[in-house]
Amino acid sequence: MSTPATPASMTRRELLTLIGSVAGSSASYTAMAGMGLTTPSNYTGPIKLEGDPKGASVLILGAGLAGMVAAYELRKVGYKVRVLEYNTRAGGRNWTLRGGDSYTELGGITQTCGFDKGLYINPGPWRIPHHHHGVLDYCRRFGVALEPYVQVNYNALVHSTKAFGGKPQRFREIQSDYQGQIAELLAKATQQHKLDELVTKEDQEMLLESLKDWGALDEHHAYAPGRESSERRGYEKLPGGGVSAVPVFSKNIIPFSPLLHSQLWGAIGAGQNFEMQTMLFQPVGGMDKIGDAFKRQVNDLIQYNAKVTRIQQAPGKVTVSYVDAVKGGAPRTATADWCLCTIPLSVLSQIEIDVGDDMQAAINAVPYAASTKVGLQFKRRFWEEDEHIYGGITYTDLPIRVIAYPNNGYHSAGKGVLLGGYMFGPNAYEFTSLPPAERVRRAVEYGAQIHPQYKTEFDNGIAVAWHRVPWTLGCLGVWTDERRAEHYQNLCQIDGRFLVAGEHASYIPGWQEGAVLSSLDAITRLHQRVVA
Amino acid sequence: MKKPKNPAGLRFLCVLTAALVTTTAQAQSDLSSGAVFSTGPSFAQRDGRALYEAICQGCHMPDAKGAVGAGRYPALAGNANLAAARYPATVVVNGLRAMPAFGDQLDDQQIAEVVNYVRSHFGNDFKDLLDAGTVKSLRPK
Ligand SMILES: Cc1cc2nc3c(=O)[nH]c(=O)nc-3n(C[C@H](O)[C@H](O)[C@H](O)COP(=O)(O)OP(=O)(O)OC[C@H]3O[C@@H](n4cnc5c(N)ncnc54)[C@H](O)[C@@H]3O)c2cc1C
Ligand code: HEC
Repeated sequence: MSTPATPASMTRRELLTLIGSVAGSSASYTAMAGMGLTTPSNYTGPIKLEGDPKGASVLILGAGLAGMVAAYELRKVGYKVRVLEYNTRAGGRNWTLRGGDSYTELGGITQTCGFDKGLYINPGPWRIPHHHHGVLDYCRRFGVALEPYVQVNYNALVHSTKAFGGKPQRFREIQSDYQGQIAELLAKATQQHKLDELVTKEDQEMLLESLKDWGALDEHHAYAPGRESSERRGYEKLPGGGVSAVPVFSKNIIPFSPLLHSQLWGAIGAGQNFEMQTMLFQPVGGMDKIGDAFKRQVNDLIQYNAKVTRIQQAPGKVTVSYVDAVKGGAPRTATADWCLCTIPLSVLSQIEIDVGDDMQAAINAVPYAASTKVGLQFKRRFWEEDEHIYGGITYTDLPIRVIAYPNNGYHSAGKGVLLGGYMFGPNAYEFTSLPPAERVRRAVEYGAQIHPQYKTEFDNGIAVAWHRVPWTLGCLGVWTDERRAEHYQNLCQIDGRFLVAGEHASYIPGWQEGAVLSSLDAITRLHQRVVA
Repeated sequence: MKKPKNPAGLRFLCVLTAALVTTTAQAQSDLSSGAVFSTGPSFAQRDGRALYEAICQGCHMPDAKGAVGAGRYPALAGNANLAAARYPATVVVNGLRAMPAFGDQLDDQQIAEVVNYVRSHFGNDFKDLLDAGTVKSLRPK
């Protein structure tokens, strides 16, 4: 189970190419998607640990999802469990910011979230694919209510500063016109016998029929103004009722050449990626409802404010030194038979720890990606009221990269919060380098190029730059094929009485499922060792 | 400061550099301040200070004094480890544990500029200058 026979993850080069992909628009989702894998979770249902651990003790480091999965499952089968957590809260990257919450980043700047009651932003994880069976099963078992997360919204926008005079385009129109004109082109090539060498006569007939269907072509196999294309790209005047009911078909199909050169085709494919395919979910009320549910199970085991500073191994035991994260002072120690460490490698690589050279090299080998998210509250939900955009994502080549609309609370009166920026790559570093208030200000300035309403409706905002997060020093561990080949298995071994788990010890980096599966795998191997 | 036991990734970056250094960095000027945001996969800033302020200060902080939480970012201010210019240059090219490598996203000249900037500011007063050719020689072969 520890060696899933899956294709290796993408290389850093591919990753960066994607992040820089021209229309830019695809940058953030491809980055997140790319770092994951198109492999379904290998979760096979609630873990069954058989055999008596005979009172063995496990010290768990970190109370993120990986740490709390282990704490919950190990206590259930009779282990003595204790968890040391740096923060004052459980959940780790599973985190939601609401009005009144405050957050102090490295460097000391504190932001207090000024959102209205009921409004929130998920600065880390925000979506759960339907095939992340492990996370979803814990949601089911713990009664975490889920609602749809909208990845694809045909009425959202795609935007390039370098195309169409910088005017945002409808996803729907770009998608239809791109697909329609490719279908038409292929149909023409078929009819002009240019594909005769490649496609048999019988297949050509079927191909033509399918292109008509796929591309919304008319009876002449043309993607042209008319009923078929309007059924995809929308009408100039919508069908109505009564005397004014007669629809007007849309005429303004975007010509193929400017459409190709706009590169906005790069902004419409996100939802086709395995990890972004409908159905996706979000917990009702914020992603941290999952962390909260785990916390209810294991809170009594967690010692908060405990900053781990040293991990020592001696025959038969592990001793962990920790200091009070706020007050500092003399280190205290905790000792157990085993230690499961879920501290992100960025931090762990700075902690002195008794492990072999191979595992230490693995811990040192994985840098953490930059990522920034900006939550913005507006005085009204203008995206719904004025533009009929209900949830989903607008993609842009502006440094903010996305605007994501709330997938809940539709039509509610009062204020609304959207994700005003979600960056990876150079833009994420550049935003990280700015003071939080500047990140917010620029997100508002850039966003106003897409939604002019920003100028009058903006209320307040909060920005989380993951390299400034004191307890992760980054967003997620960036593996490459080469790094995996050299270090991954070494990272996942049991070294004496010590082993690691977490997002970084999975082939689903950057997803909560990776943290959950890694933890289940680690405790399975640990338990086998203990009862052997 | 612990010295690197295993300069992270040194050997594994070779494959990655080629494709990226050729990509021209482009910039999008900021609306209100004239500051620059990059538009491609590489950083667009050219001079040492602009590069420091776009990249390094995100972690090492605007005053280069670093920061401490559950983990830490070391101070570059008054840092004797910068005495040999090749050391900070190698760190920027190849990364070091939690510090990502920037060799793919910066060209030789940019790396020389930012290293020279750090070595001559924040209480560092090293006179010798690093040139692009030396940076090139530090890249994984
Ligand atoms: C911007 C962003 C977007 C994401 N989007 C998604 C998404 O849409 N869907 C999804 O499923 N996943 C997403 N993820 C990934 C997901 O958040 C992680 O994979 C998962 O939460 C990691 O869990 P973990 O338990 O491995 O680590 P963490 O949650 O980081 O837990 C580690 C814990 O260790 C503690 N710790 C650190 N140092 C010390 C120390 N010295 N002493 C004691 N404790 C310490 C930390 O405080 C933390 O609580 C996203 C992440 C980010 C950052
Ligand atoms: C993502 C955060 C991050 C960014 C951005 C970053 N660094 Fe670092 N840097 C680190 C960390 C973490 C370390 C310590 C690594 C270790 O020793 O474990 C470090 C260490 C260093 C060191 C070694 C210091 C010493 O005393 O040995 C130098 C030099 C350095 N960084 C220079 C730079 C420069 C120049 C830039 C900008 C081009 C930069 N860093 C950008 C995180 C960062």
